[in-house]
Amino acid sequence: MYRYDEFDHGFVTSRVAQFRDQVERRLSGELTEDQFKPLRLMNGVYLQLHAYMLRIAVPYGTLSSRQLRMLGHIGRTYDRGYGHFTTRQNLQFNWPALKDIPAILDDLASVEMHALQTSGNCIRNVTTDHFAGAAADEIADPRPYAEILRQWSSIHPEFSYLPRKFKIAVTGAPKDRAAIQVHDIGLELKRGPDGGIGFAVYVGGGQGRTPMIAHKVRDYLPEEDLLAYVEAIMRVYNLHGRRDNKYKARIKILVHETGAEEITRQIEAEFVEVKKTELLRLPDEEIQRITAYFAAPDLAPKPARSGAFEAAKADSAAFAAFAENNVTPHKAPGYGVVTVSLKPIGGIPGDATDVQMEVVADLADAYSQSEIRVSHEQNLVLPHVALDDVPALYAKLAEHGLATGNAGLVTDIIACPGLDYCALANARSINIAQDLSNRFGAPERQKDIGELKIKISGCINACGHHHVGHIGLLGVDRRGEEVYQITLGGSGDETASVGALVGPGFTGDQVVDAVETVVDTYLKLRQGPDETFLSAVRRLGQQPFKEALYGAA
Amino acid sequence: MSAPIQKSAAKTKAATQVVTANRLDDGVVVYLDARDGWTERLGEAAIIETPEALAAAVAAGKAAEAARVVVESYPIDVARGPEGLAPLRLREVIRAAGPTVRADLLRPTGA
Amino acid sequence: METRAPYAHDHPAAAVRAVRDDEDSMTETADANLPLWRNGRFEADEWTRAGEGEAVSEGPALLPLVRFLAERDALAARNAPIGVVVEPGEAIEELAPHLDRVSLVVLTFPKYADGRSMSSARLLRQRYGYKGELRAAGDVLIDQMPLMRRCGFDSFEVVNGPTRAQLAAGKWPDVPFYYQPTGASQQVEIPAGTRPWARRPG
Repeated sequence: MYRYDEFDHGFVTSRVAQFRDQVERRLSGELTEDQFKPLRLMNGVYLQLHAYMLRIAVPYGTLSSRQLRMLGHIGRTYDRGYGHFTTRQNLQFNWPALKDIPAILDDLASVEMHALQTSGNCIRNVTTDHFAGAAADEIADPRPYAEILRQWSSIHPEFSYLPRKFKIAVTGAPKDRAAIQVHDIGLELKRGPDGGIGFAVYVGGGQGRTPMIAHKVRDYLPEEDLLAYVEAIMRVYNLHGRRDNKYKARIKILVHETGAEEITRQIEAEFVEVKKTELLRLPDEEIQRITAYFAAPDLAPKPARSGAFEAAKADSAAFAAFAENNVTPHKAPGYGVVTVSLKPIGGIPGDATDVQMEVVADLADAYSQSEIRVSHEQNLVLPHVALDDVPALYAKLAEHGLATGNAGLVTDIIACPGLDYCALANARSINIAQDLSNRFGAPERQKDIGELKIKISGCINACGHHHVGHIGLLGVDRRGEEVYQITLGGSGDETASVGALVGPGFTGDQVVDAVETVVDTYLKLRQGPDETFLSAVRRLGQQPFKEALYGAA
Repeated sequence: MSAPIQKSAAKTKAATQVVTANRLDDGVVVYLDARDGWTERLGEAAIIETPEALAAAVAAGKAAEAARVVVESYPIDVARGPEGLAPLRLREVIRAAGPTVRADLLRPTGA
Repeated sequence: METRAPYAHDHPAAAVRAVRDDEDSMTETADANLPLWRNGRFEADEWTRAGEGEAVSEGPALLPLVRFLAERDALAARNAPIGVVVEPGEAIEELAPHLDRVSLVVLTFPKYADGRSMSSARLLRQRYGYKGELRAAGDVLIDQMPLMRRCGFDSFEVVNGPTRAQLAAGKWPDVPFYYQPTGASQQVEIPAGTRPWARRPG
């Protein structure tokens, strides 16, 4: 993975010193809260319901064991012994004291991490496929490009005061695990007509209160033009994106109001000009140099089939479920990509204790080339595990409540922090996720239901990605009561779609039954176990689910 | 800027209020007490029952912001119940007692 | 509250700390007759603004873009410098063909968070080759000023009190490691290392 050089270290150290100075000015009274707020937001510091919240960037979701161990240390030393992995592949601490945050940032800097641009109207942490560099279906590793974008966007002088926040996602595989079509910019690595590497470029996707699927503005952009093209998009957006209404300020609204064809023309015209300067052309040797940091690890050759792995599957139903759901084929034969579920039955989605973080760090050292990934589905991933080692890894994960074999199943629920933590929320999310997890937690039932992504947001900002949930739940406040609206048929993958509202909402007491009704309706109407929930909804439409929920009209 | 007050609170304009904020240096939820100090326990908050007392308490909150003791002070509606004071809105119940999903982190609210 | 770590002078972090707590120098900047931060000090503004319908004065005159475009031939006959004020919603491209007649461009920031003039500044310098004075006006705050300079601004109309005090105290909160070549910066920036996009102050 990428390692800082002297320049990168200087940058982060200097930025921490700058923020330390700003915190001191705030605590000494030189800065009022109004003056300090935009400065703290540039460093990922929010004021939430109970305390300050610090959002730490995990660039494109890649962590070393050393970094994860440091996150555990910070959780224990400055927080309350746990952290929350987010749908942006980042980590949030819920209880840091403002006066401690400079020291936390020093600790982060010592392991090449920071909290820059995890909030504010700037280019946020660039996200990518959590299986990058390991997945068997990958055309190229997206992380070198995400790293180049991370660097280029860091304190960008022109693009630090955009109309609104800006999110870029990159995928290197045709199977889109990075939800690129619901990002401000989505980049899909592909081979060009000349055999070179480049990108299909999507612009204007997003969730929030106006969910939209992105438009493809370029079918093929050569890799050397990546920064020039992104700069062109950013400039068109910075100059023309709406600033009169915060709810209409994302680039998706600009694309929608301007029209995809016209916005494409503007971007292309700007790109021609930017390209002329040559300043942003990516030389091949520099791409190669950065790509080398992400070189595939030197894995000992193995036979494709592992006797130990197969024996353990035969021996234990729980392990078999883990093997089926949480172990994905690796590009190297005899290896797997292992999802470490942060969704224990009845647990809080995405939370990990300091001890769990250290355990996963140790296991990464032992079994996965010291590498960990954070998925936007709020799980951790050990990307390079020999199938022979999976049984031993599983046993150790199980000791710490980390071996739930439910990746991609009905209990692998995404939930934002909701009203239990978040100052913006209208309703709780976590408790609903817990109730659903308990309701559907029996292994046979989960297996029978198959792939089903439930996503829950506690407000219209959609941090819980409910718009792209196969079943989405949106919490709203109806005269002081928490009410949940159900959407069906959303998807964040390469067949991206926004879920449709099925009907009036349900109270917190009713919503779990309602979801169960939806699931039972699917089970009754599917053409067989091979027809997934999403496929069935796409075939059947909303009507049978409406009838089951609200009775025949 | 104070936290957004939602429709539900405006509708049930309670006679009883307290002023809350977050402490500047560590962000902890606090309530204005009868001596213009700040307590972590809702049960120890000064209870406001007249418009004059409300104006004075809001002013005390703004003064504490200026004095760098707290941030984002604002009044909330509360009711007296068998267990002592309880906020009317769920948001404030959660602020007073901690996340509902972490029984281990619940904090005492009584006097 | 004294948790600040001591930094060696050659430490990169020392650069952003600059000079601080120099209370003496703060008094000299209280002078409202010196509204501009330019050339590393507060200076007087020698320009007179002429809004729509107002007479254009004898000396250096500053006009809104619309008026400048409408009257530019008549203005060319004057024997004094012309400056133009461009608001964020206005297209800088319209001014581009006439830059050889202009010695000052003022780009405004209605709110510090409105970054449109950052793009306009860069376009003026990098794309249209503007070499005259480029001034930021409006909600100009200390924390944005280093970014403004990197986008091409070389003068700043500063009314914000704390910002004036900090400038007077020698503060310039830059992070002197740049991941972007802007082609517009008003300071010397030299390539750093092998990455073609990395720069350091020269």
